Amino acid sequence: MILNIQHLCKDFPVPGQEPIQALSDITLSVGDKEFVSVLGPSGCGKTTLLRIIAGLESVTSGSIEIDGETISSPNPKMVMIFQEYSLYPWRTIFDNVKFGLELQNNVMQSAREVAMEYLHLVGLDEFASRFPYELSGGMRQRVAVARALAIEPEILLMDEPFGALDAQTRNLLQKELLEIWEKTKKTIIFVTHSVDEAVFLADRLVVLTPRPGRVCEIIPIDFNRPRDRTSAEFAQLRRKVLDLISQPKCTLQ
Amino acid sequence: MRSPLVLLLPVLLIVGWEVASLIIDNPFILPSLTTVIPILLHPFSTEYTLGAPSLMGNAAASLLRVTSGFVLAAIIAIPLGIGMGRSPFLNDFLDSTIELLRPIPPLAWVPLALAWFKIGFVSIVFIIFIGAFFPILLNTIDGVKSIKKTWVEVAETLGAREQDILSKVILPGSAPIIWTGLRVGFGIAWMCVVAAEWLPGISAGLGYLILYAYNFGQTNLIIAGMVVIGIIGLLIDQVFKAGERKWFSWRALER
Repeated sequence: MILNIQHLCKDFPVPGQEPIQALSDITLSVGDKEFVSVLGPSGCGKTTLLRIIAGLESVTSGSIEIDGETISSPNPKMVMIFQEYSLYPWRTIFDNVKFGLELQNNVMQSAREVAMEYLHLVGLDEFASRFPYELSGGMRQRVAVARALAIEPEILLMDEPFGALDAQTRNLLQKELLEIWEKTKKTIIFVTHSVDEAVFLADRLVVLTPRPGRVCEIIPIDFNRPRDRTSAEFAQLRRKVLDLISQPKCTLQ
Repeated sequence: MRSPLVLLLPVLLIVGWEVASLIIDNPFILPSLTTVIPILLHPFSTEYTLGAPSLMGNAAASLLRVTSGFVLAAIIAIPLGIGMGRSPFLNDFLDSTIELLRPIPPLAWVPLALAWFKIGFVSIVFIIFIGAFFPILLNTIDGVKSIKKTWVEVAETLGAREQDILSKVILPGSAPIIWTGLRVGFGIAWMCVVAAEWLPGISAGLGYLILYAYNFGQTNLIIAGMVVIGIIGLLIDQVFKAGERKWFSWRALER
């Protein structure tokens, strides 16, 4: 699997005014089993980039391809995990996880097994017959991850998935996500504005500038996992990333 | 358990009524309870209804009319509301007309209904249809608009086609508000049927019965008819509420 983005630009039309430039000349390629974090300040277009990859937004110019195929609409090879409110409140946890499988006309019996398997992967077997309102925010995001994985996509697109959680739950879910990633070996593109989160998780950081978002730096993180965020090396790496992203070329519009 | 206080006022009213009827001593103004209760205790007998169909016979006639008009309104209003909620084009096209027609009371359509459909079943069903149609339509539109954009996008990224989004996201997601529309619509339909049964040429129905009783000066029968109208309206509302609690409790509990 290879995701190839070439000179991608995205403008949003504003009636009666100049269009707003959200992304400008993004070139990026993401390979198999890679964990890439897209890092940038609020409003830099990182969510827009993710939505374009998911096929939820069109491009203004440039190209975006997965395995040589242009992405112009949602494609089950890639599944998006949203920050919040993505579970269907009228469905049980189990039926939420099964949702994507139902859409693929999966035979019901195997859909049940697959849904159970992924519910187990995120450690929520016991909650199968509960409803989303009975779960905490962290548990809901685990369900969203299970639902996304159940249709066996190649890429998980995660849009600040832990942004609405408290710090403790966020750290726990980051660890769990890495374990799941090791087990399933999906490609993950993870959008965040937290340097700490990005450095903890990713193989590679893609740093975007403020609007219009351009790729300012691509920083490889060659640091063995599991990473200890209290270690001196981690602090050093975080320092280095913070220095890089605060260079004038990354902060100036 | 609710406090016994909820029963206090009804009991006081009944006692007060009986006392007042003794003081007034005119059954045309206020009949005694003892002349109303026997009618209610014989709902299938025509002896107590002065030759009109029995209480239940009239109730059945009213229910058939109200159900016909209500079901017809739901069949048209729900798909239309979903279309208007989903398509800004359809919404812009229809909205002004609907806003113009909506404030016209259902009973203001009576003369036109008579001109179009003559006296009879169809006219009454039409009036009920008008009464039930707008609450169902407006609630359906609101229900569809309450659907979170994320719900639709999740379905899209998981490979949903347009018909999947409709049947697995839009319909279940808006169902609680559509249900509220049905409940309000049925309430209005039930009010309309009583008045619509006052049209000339009607010979059954609870509305017909109470006007018929008035023509004979039988106030006890008027009140018995009113009690039945109230009880049926209450029971149906309870059925809708029970459905809401059973199927749609997620909506109130969702954070």
